Amino acid sequence: MDTDLILRVYPFFLEAAWVTIQLSVLTALLGLACGSLGAAARLSRLAPLRWAAAVYVSVFRGTPALIQVFILYFGGPQVGIQLDSFSAGTIALGVNIGAYMTETIRGAIVSVDKGQTEAARTLGLSRWETMRKVILPQAARMMIRPLGVNINALIKGTALVAPISVVELTYTAQRFIGSTYKPFEMFLLSGLLYMIIIYAVGQGISWLDRRARIV
Amino acid sequence: MGLDFTVVPSFFGILLMGAGWTAAITICAGILSFFGGIVFAVVALYGHWSLRLPMRAFAFLFMGTPLLLQLFLIYFGLIEIGIDLPAFVAGVIGLGLHFAVYNSELIQASILSVDKGQYEGARTLGLSRGQTLRRIIIPQAVRAVIPPMGNNMIALLKDSALVSVIGVMELTLAAQQAISRTYRPFEFYLAAAFCYYIINLALEAGLRRLERRIAASR
Repeated sequence: MDTDLILRVYPFFLEAAWVTIQLSVLTALLGLACGSLGAAARLSRLAPLRWAAAVYVSVFRGTPALIQVFILYFGGPQVGIQLDSFSAGTIALGVNIGAYMTETIRGAIVSVDKGQTEAARTLGLSRWETMRKVILPQAARMMIRPLGVNINALIKGTALVAPISVVELTYTAQRFIGSTYKPFEMFLLSGLLYMIIIYAVGQGISWLDRRARIV
Repeated sequence: MGLDFTVVPSFFGILLMGAGWTAAITICAGILSFFGGIVFAVVALYGHWSLRLPMRAFAFLFMGTPLLLQLFLIYFGLIEIGIDLPAFVAGVIGLGLHFAVYNSELIQASILSVDKGQYEGARTLGLSRGQTLRRIIIPQAVRAVIPPMGNNMIALLKDSALVSVIGVMELTLAAQQAISRTYRPFEFYLAAAFCYYIINLALEAGLRRLERRIAASR
């Protein structure tokens, strides 16, 4: 283990970790937005909306995220979408994880007992009020943990923007492996930072989950 | 520069070959992750502490870091210690080990949930500890987690695109070769995505059949 080398290069990795954190946060926000819209469409009364959402989920979950990143970044300019690598990566990964989150959110909503809807409707609440005041507050509690699993996956998934040269943790590790020929040290250094980020986010999600639980 | 999909058919052969390699990588890495998962699970639960602790550390490290980073470690790390493997083998090992760790977690939980009476019964009938594990416990434990392991297999298929980054010839790299000759990334990445989608549908259909057969044999 070359500790001198690690001490020399770690500031670059800290900077890269900050980029990974930014990527993760933006991707998660975009994913939650896409997931909420997707779930709403999946549960809509309008059949075309349901079909569109089903196609979205199937296509984005059925093809590699790396290819989706490449299509947007390299193929985008052909159809008039010119984005820098950070934006292209964030958008592609956000829309991708949104497809997974669509299913997570939909699953939590449909798992609320049917009697709740029937009771609320019988009491005279409209369909929309039933959803907003009765179903969603219960579903929101149930989706925290599974959304946490999605977010864990998306943090590791941000490595997929390394091939389009976003200077984040994996790209930095790759570059230093190339220049120093020390794959183990670079792996441990970047791996440790990934695990710290994932651990911190996991703790935050557990805290949310505990707070949201009805005792 | 608009879109022109008429260039795609002339590269049909190279894409098809890439799809074949993607299928081959998925199958090889899938088999490795299946048996690797069983071995890892047994070591993590019953191994001597000198094996168990490194195994746990390895699993912890592999579950907390991106696959792409692990591929770089395996590809360049093996060269570093003097083992120069073909990219295909390095890719299969990387994907296989990564998913073996995830399968191992599933199998460990499943082994622990096999009814204790099965173990006691087998030991009473005179089977050794190893025989009991191999013939009684593990077959039941593995069978119970075939559906979630199938999901890992589907994730493996999609993640196989990552080995293009370390130079393994497969669908993504085949698309890149076509792109380097035509400068049409949109068309060829879309064509590659289409191929992945088809393979994915076929794999899902196969897994559903397998699950039905297992459910029927219970």
